[in-house]
Amino acid sequence: MSNKIRKPLTHRASFWGFIFICPWLLGFIIFTAGPMLASLVLSFCKYDLKSVTFIGAGNYHRMFVGSEHEYFYKSLTNTALYVLFSVPMGLTGSLLLAVLLNQKVKGVAVFRTLYYLPSLTPAVASALVWMWVFHPEYGILNSFLTINLPFPTLGDQGIGFAFRPMIAHPPDWLQSSAWALPALILMSLWGIGGQRMIIFLAGLQGISDEYYEAARIDGAGAWHQFRHITIPLLTPTIFFNLILGIVGAFQVFTAAYIMTGGGPNNATLFYVLYIYRHAFEQFHMGYAAALAWVLFILLFTFTLIQFKQSSRWVHYEGETK
Amino acid sequence: MTGRVLSRIALYFVLILGACIVTIPFIWTVSTALKTPEQVYLLPPRWIPSPISFANFAKAWTALPFALFLRNTMFVTGMCLIGQLFSASLVAYGFARFKFTGKTALFYMLLGTMMLPGQVTMIPTFLIWRNFRLIDTFYPLIVPAYLGGGAFTIFLLRQFFMSIPRDLDEAAMIDGCSYFGIWWRIILPLSKPALTTVVIFSFLSHWDEFMGPLIYLQSMEKYTVSIGLRLFQDQYGAQLDLLMAASLIHILPCIILFFVAQRYFIKGIVMSGIKG
Repeated sequence: MSNKIRKPLTHRASFWGFIFICPWLLGFIIFTAGPMLASLVLSFCKYDLKSVTFIGAGNYHRMFVGSEHEYFYKSLTNTALYVLFSVPMGLTGSLLLAVLLNQKVKGVAVFRTLYYLPSLTPAVASALVWMWVFHPEYGILNSFLTINLPFPTLGDQGIGFAFRPMIAHPPDWLQSSAWALPALILMSLWGIGGQRMIIFLAGLQGISDEYYEAARIDGAGAWHQFRHITIPLLTPTIFFNLILGIVGAFQVFTAAYIMTGGGPNNATLFYVLYIYRHAFEQFHMGYAAALAWVLFILLFTFTLIQFKQSSRWVHYEGETK
Repeated sequence: MTGRVLSRIALYFVLILGACIVTIPFIWTVSTALKTPEQVYLLPPRWIPSPISFANFAKAWTALPFALFLRNTMFVTGMCLIGQLFSASLVAYGFARFKFTGKTALFYMLLGTMMLPGQVTMIPTFLIWRNFRLIDTFYPLIVPAYLGGGAFTIFLLRQFFMSIPRDLDEAAMIDGCSYFGIWWRIILPLSKPALTTVVIFSFLSHWDEFMGPLIYLQSMEKYTVSIGLRLFQDQYGAQLDLLMAASLIHILPCIILFFVAQRYFIKGIVMSGIKG
């Protein structure tokens, strides 16, 4: 019965389906596919908003070996370091937090709200707040690090205590070329309770209790359950968060733009900030387009490798292996 | 038994400690915003200001035309919301209910755009708007919302639409309803929770939006709050009490929204069935 109705429905539907997705298709062509091609073409040109000249691989040459190579590699290294630390640390933090909040905890809503607050904070506001937190003299972080603590001393009268700062010379954070990048990584960890954690929480709640019960009967402890049930069944969620986490972290911009301006000494010159400067401060549109394409190819290759690798460690439920 | 009690204590200890660390920057911000200028640079820092002063909020509010920035942000956010709700739900309906050639490929392409770094399209898109002489208007920020409304939104709505029984569509069809009628009278009314989620996420992301306005808006009377705050930093960066008050003005609407719509936040993500 239902088949009879459905068949003609799907028939005409072919046309209507297309009509319905038209807005997106149009947007995709105008604002994604078209510009992507255009920026590829542009990347072989010199364009300063006045005149276009074709310069072949000139932009790429300038980037890899030419006059800009120092900044190019610097920005790439900075971004890679940022991704390398902030993504795994953030992911682990989010996962652990999700596991903790998935326990039957009193006041779970309060905790969830508190941990979610940083993600609600607009990027510009949180950058300003953290600039103040990292202030070398009056910031809250360094005034905590220099709290006086009693340290045992061995004097003439035996063991005594002397009050000394916990850390005598705390880093200057954003004003030091050694600590500015770690500071921004530290700041990124503030958001571990955000969307990523909630996606983990949703994943955890999707794991049936039966698995845990069976494991308990077999005498598996908490660690074993986590290692051999939670982790494997959560691998699709971990994979999802990992991919989007890497793509997101590669595009870090606002924090550096507001807090350090890429400094000191280019220590926080991130790749997207570098693109932004060439495109919208110096109007080197062609060179910036080349930079953007290199980022795209890098991320694309990276994502592809991860998808290929994923069959080794990501387990989808109902899949026989 | 004692082991269990101990692990409970450890659990609460870790959770409370973590919550303290996470909230300290906020408390510090509020505390700074409520200080008189002389109290800002004190060592050791004074957590509870005395005297407490609300003057910073009034000063920050009037130092720059924040009311205007707020109106601009509201306008952009509102226009984007309308566009996103209509276009994303149409597209999601198309993907959820119809079969057509190339649908799977198109859907993968849609998901693929989620992983696309925006920078690769940013420059030509800027050039398009420049060509139409629409730099320093709100069009570049608003128009894209009417053309699809973002891959994540479409995906979330499509997942929700798939869970609505098809029998309802068919019954409406028999009663002479068109496809647009089904979308408008059946699908949309039944999707209020999903649409609410979209409204929340969309509000937050537009409220937060920085790079778009930074690139496209040039005159101060067009500024959104986030760009305005950046300008504020340039002019009053040394007056941290003022700067923190201004930041709080930026944060507050998001927090209010969160408390009003709290239950939708988590539901929305769970609902979208994201597991990879």
